[in-house]
Amino acid sequence: MTGPALAGLEGRGPWSDRKQLYAWIHNPAGFMKTNKYTADLKVQYNGVLMTAFPALAEKEIDAIVAYINSVPLPDAGGAVVATTEAGSESDNTLLYGILTLILAVVSFTLLQVNGSLRKMADDKEGTPALEPIPVWKNKTYITMAILALFLLGGYWTVDGAIGLGRMQNYQPEQPIFYSHKVHAGVNQISCLYCHGGAQAGKHSNIPSLNICMNCHMAINEYKGNEKLYTADGKEVNGTAEIQKLYKYAGFESGQTWDPAKAKPVEWVKIHNLPDHVYFNHSQHVVAGKVACQTCHGEIQKMDEVYQFSNLSMGWCINCHRESNVKFTENGFYSIYEKYHDAIKKGEMDSVSVEAIGGTECQKCHY
Amino acid sequence: MSQKKYWKSFGELKQTAAFQQDAKDEFKEDLPFETADTGLLSGNTPRRDFLKYLGFSTTAAAIAASCEIPVKKAIPLVNRPEEYIPGVAKYYATTWSQDGDAVSIIAKVRDGRPIKIEGNTDSPITKGGTSARVQASVLDLYDMYRLRYPAIAGKEVTFEAIDKEIAGEMAKLGAKPIVILSSTINSPSSLAAIRQFQEKYIGTRHIVYDADSKSGMLMANEATFGKRALPGYRFDNAKAIISLGADFLGTWVSPIEFAAQYAKGRKIDAKHPSMSRHIQFESVLSMTGSNADERFLHAPSETGAVALALYNAVNGNSNNGLDKKLAEGIAKAAKELKEHAGAALVVCGSNDTNIQIIVNAINASVGAYGSTIDWSVTNNSRVGIDVDMANLISEMKSGTIGGLFVVDANPAYTWYDTKAFSDAVKNVGFSVSFSSKADETQQLCKYSLPTNHFLESWGDAEPVSGHYSLLQPTIFPLFKTRQWQDSLMKWSGSTTDYLGYLKQYWSGILGGEAAWDNALQAGVIHPSVASIVSGSTFNNTALSGAMSAIGASKKSGKIEIQLYQKIAMGVGQGASNPWLQEMPDPVTRATWDNYAIVSPAMAKSLLDIDLADSGQSDAYEVNPEKKVIEIKANGVSKKLPVVIIPGTHSNTIGIALGYGRTPKIGKTAEGSGEDVFPFTNMSGQTISYATVGEASVVDNETYIVAMVQTHGSYDTPQGKRVEVMKELTLGQFTKDPNEIIEEREHELKPWGGIENFETQGTIYGSYDKPGIQWGMSVDLNSCIGCGACVVACNAENNISVVGKNEVKRFHDMHWMRIDRYFSGDMENPDVVFQPMMCQHCDNAPCENVCPVAATNHSSEGLNQMTYNRCIGTRYCANNCPYKVRRFNWADYSGADSFPANQQAQVASGELNAVVGVMNDDLTRMVLNPDVTVRSRGVIEKCSFCVQRLQEGKLNAKKASRPLEDGDIKVACQQSCPTNAIVFGNSNSKKSAVSVDREDNKQRVFYSLEPVHTLPNVNYLAKVRHKETGAEAAEAHHG
Repeated sequence: MTGPALAGLEGRGPWSDRKQLYAWIHNPAGFMKTNKYTADLKVQYNGVLMTAFPALAEKEIDAIVAYINSVPLPDAGGAVVATTEAGSESDNTLLYGILTLILAVVSFTLLQVNGSLRKMADDKEGTPALEPIPVWKNKTYITMAILALFLLGGYWTVDGAIGLGRMQNYQPEQPIFYSHKVHAGVNQISCLYCHGGAQAGKHSNIPSLNICMNCHMAINEYKGNEKLYTADGKEVNGTAEIQKLYKYAGFESGQTWDPAKAKPVEWVKIHNLPDHVYFNHSQHVVAGKVACQTCHGEIQKMDEVYQFSNLSMGWCINCHRESNVKFTENGFYSIYEKYHDAIKKGEMDSVSVEAIGGTECQKCHY
Repeated sequence: MSQKKYWKSFGELKQTAAFQQDAKDEFKEDLPFETADTGLLSGNTPRRDFLKYLGFSTTAAAIAASCEIPVKKAIPLVNRPEEYIPGVAKYYATTWSQDGDAVSIIAKVRDGRPIKIEGNTDSPITKGGTSARVQASVLDLYDMYRLRYPAIAGKEVTFEAIDKEIAGEMAKLGAKPIVILSSTINSPSSLAAIRQFQEKYIGTRHIVYDADSKSGMLMANEATFGKRALPGYRFDNAKAIISLGADFLGTWVSPIEFAAQYAKGRKIDAKHPSMSRHIQFESVLSMTGSNADERFLHAPSETGAVALALYNAVNGNSNNGLDKKLAEGIAKAAKELKEHAGAALVVCGSNDTNIQIIVNAINASVGAYGSTIDWSVTNNSRVGIDVDMANLISEMKSGTIGGLFVVDANPAYTWYDTKAFSDAVKNVGFSVSFSSKADETQQLCKYSLPTNHFLESWGDAEPVSGHYSLLQPTIFPLFKTRQWQDSLMKWSGSTTDYLGYLKQYWSGILGGEAAWDNALQAGVIHPSVASIVSGSTFNNTALSGAMSAIGASKKSGKIEIQLYQKIAMGVGQGASNPWLQEMPDPVTRATWDNYAIVSPAMAKSLLDIDLADSGQSDAYEVNPEKKVIEIKANGVSKKLPVVIIPGTHSNTIGIALGYGRTPKIGKTAEGSGEDVFPFTNMSGQTISYATVGEASVVDNETYIVAMVQTHGSYDTPQGKRVEVMKELTLGQFTKDPNEIIEEREHELKPWGGIENFETQGTIYGSYDKPGIQWGMSVDLNSCIGCGACVVACNAENNISVVGKNEVKRFHDMHWMRIDRYFSGDMENPDVVFQPMMCQHCDNAPCENVCPVAATNHSSEGLNQMTYNRCIGTRYCANNCPYKVRRFNWADYSGADSFPANQQAQVASGELNAVVGVMNDDLTRMVLNPDVTVRSRGVIEKCSFCVQRLQEGKLNAKKASRPLEDGDIKVACQQSCPTNAIVFGNSNSKKSAVSVDREDNKQRVFYSLEPVHTLPNVNYLAKVRHKETGAEAAEAHHG
């Protein structure tokens, strides 16, 4: 940390007086000489001094303070966390598997018993008994085995074919070990600070180097409490990774950064949609108010990002069936008179994405 | 009730066998299946082949399945500018500028690439309209045959080297002048750059040469008004419009502006049942003539006589010597002009000074000046004087010219005597070409300094005096090119570059750099108030001379030839543009070629094709192989295929200019048509686009013309197409405005009439449209058939160019076609254009028959097409009554996984070279990333620009407000110069489309309504101002 968090700054030090704040921001070194609070802060934070912003107008500083005050304090959990149902599903599968196995054993035993009883009965009645057919030559068993193999094989083939091209859990190694856990989790940086494109357009763009350098011009070492590990469990030196960034950016500590010297980072793309699908981030983030984690998983807990969802059409459609649009809040939906009437009459309480046509082909394929 | 019979083709008129077959089948070819009679093993795919295929497909499937998914990289920008967001389009105002034409446009730029041109609605001249050529110009930017570097005698050099060489050449000039030869330049700053150069190199001359010459008009205006300029025209103020061969909606002076004005005078509804009256006198059926209320035919040599007769008739003098029909027409025209004096306008397409003087005299006598002709402004689109060019060539020949700089002009192709020009270039000290393409003139020049494409350029334009339009680059130059203005300024030793000059010039005028920035953003600068003045008084001293000159001129010859421009091709500027080559001509509906247009009468006399005979008519129409004739005129002979078009003068052959270009400008132009500029000739002071000659049939020779006219044929139960097309005369409309409603009521009577038709006409239930229902309304009174929408649709929706071979066999891919219908007299029919695209039927026949539900209906009324689900049965296309579905017969777009599939077909000649051109990586930069590129084997069709609908809805959602009109404009609607297409949410009573349907409910009709397809596209019936009110009453009594 290079300084205290900005939230609630007007309650601290001399900052309730705007004039003092202006003087501080315009010239921290000069102001510090006259103010003990800031001088103490410098000691507290290892002698790091805030950058001077002489060019900021007073109006702009007011705007920044207004913004800081407008942001609610982060709650402990951070962003919305999606619940997973994977656990309960696998339990059921195991249960069914065991049941099937038991039933198979029982039926096998019963068949054998049946055969033995018939043989005994035949012996008793003196009917010339047929030579007992061993299990491996019994046509019933062979047929059943073939049938079972065919069904299982078919299931696996189809399942495998459907899965072709899907890359759930894909977790490639990136050119820089960038930890979302450190940034979004520990330091609570909003996803949209870096991925601002998600609220403006279809792409949630990977941030350009100047976004990284906004902070990393000042933050040049990793001093977090959490140790960083790769997926293989290897420990990672955070400071060395920041140095990698500097190498790409062509930045040398203590000097002003010249973007002209930078070369781009070739990140490995994790989430790949087929070309025939149109997906728009802003539609979901702004209009739908869907949390990033709904599709991307608990990014704030991932050191290395992996693909959380399978991004299949079934997965999309399922969500469109189950989620509701912001029907009453968003003015766009005022034209759906029929649904508004139904809500008024109490016939329905929410409108799903599907109800406004969200599962139709040309909502995503055109 | 309309008793008219509409026909698309001669076959339909006669209901020939071929037509009936044609109308029955969706696909014109037999499917390429082997006959099954031979049995499986002896067929063309015997057992061994079968095993081979089986083995191959198994292996291929196994390999495909085991392939690793490739690692994709995501490379962000290093320093992203704040205003740029990847995936979000930016729009920049700029100007399409070509040979004196300038249209204010908005370029859509996606991730650094301009991909679509839209009209700039802020322009008071074009009002947001565009043309096919403007729409297609974005493809020229990515033309793989553009010149990529400066060159000396064909060898690549650097700009520094070429600058040095040229400086050396200019030092050696001595007393010999440099000549800058250009087409019309209406850019004030470019003219200033030329002046700057002239100041440095004293004696430098600037000669303007226009291939599409308006010298006759310029000189006539000089003789009668003392101004060598073109005035502004106001077709919107005209109640009577008489055109003597001027294609003012297509290619004459400022067609986009005139189309908007013209359409204003043609808007009609029951409350205001009045409209302008348009009478056209011409030799070959033009697009403008097709829109006329009445047409009269004359031979090209009679143009002067017609103008003179009209002048006499207007002034109460008698006429003689003209045939009866024509005389009648002149009497009618004169009556209209006199009746509407002060709101009358005569325009003339002739390039003869004397004829134009007489036209000016007619306009003066009917009070056009100050009302329909505006001398408060000048139209700067053409200023070239032909005789200047002729003089220049003789000077060049005599060796008195030191240097020749060619800007935009291409006389080595467009001058009537190209040999004289190319010989003369050899006698010039040195020659410099600024052409961006290896055109005919560039090949003659020693130095080549390719200029930027207009989308890479800075600049300005002044199409109409006082109205400016600015150019700004939308992409960094793709190649090593430099704007020609920069070259000139550099050579004249200027300290600033062209941009610096431009900025300084405009900042000075507008008052500061901020004002310049604002002007750039708006794209246009125009005076706030416009007033029409008549200009200086008409000076009639030249009139008597002109009259006697016309009286004396007589041409003789067996057959007359009229040269015309196609709306897409112009004088050849469109030849290397695949979209323009494949755009069907509005009148002939032919693509990729020019041809000799003859009348049915001449077809009989010259070619022995009697269209009255069903067999002969079918033989002509069904086969794309057309008979070839040899035409001799001006000592040149050309072989051209024959196309029969009703409405052509019986002794005239019409041929389009602009074809037969050098293949060096691109494979697109290769083998496309014949160059007929040699048929133009210098007649007195001006170039004449008509001549006389001879024509004879070439035996045993045919030439394939790819015409799309009969491709979308569909029969109707009544055989008259009244269910497809409805039309009224103004007389009928004023007498009984509800005639169309009554007609529809009659048609739908078996199913409960209009009101109950939706529910009673079907056994299917009806479905809810809870929020939005998209609807389109097309006003056939405003549609002029210009085809801007067709090209706009191509650009927006990544529609494949298939090439001539494929168009020939009915494989054209256009989502939108403009059907041309004839009705009435075979020799001089009425024409109606009907834009036809997917009608998005609420009870769509295509949806029911798809076995995989690849096409289905959305809750917003869209007929959706899902390419990935389509398996290519084509049942839907077969079942579509409008025949608007297109099938990807080959991999036109390169979307298949195996590129070799398509390259092999191009190499073998099965597909034209243009398919390869369109699949070049450079050309593909024009593709719209929001629209899927379709692969082989799927059906596609109009989607109502669903990507725009989704975007518009999303923007409204993000702003948390209901959708408004103007949020969404579909591509065809945006491009339309006459606003014939209205689109919107028909569920909202206040939307433009609902208002349009309500205001014009007397003219609303749905194509093929009784079939109960319930289209979401409606048409507004055309009203033809055939007869005046009194005449109408008379006709009805009779």
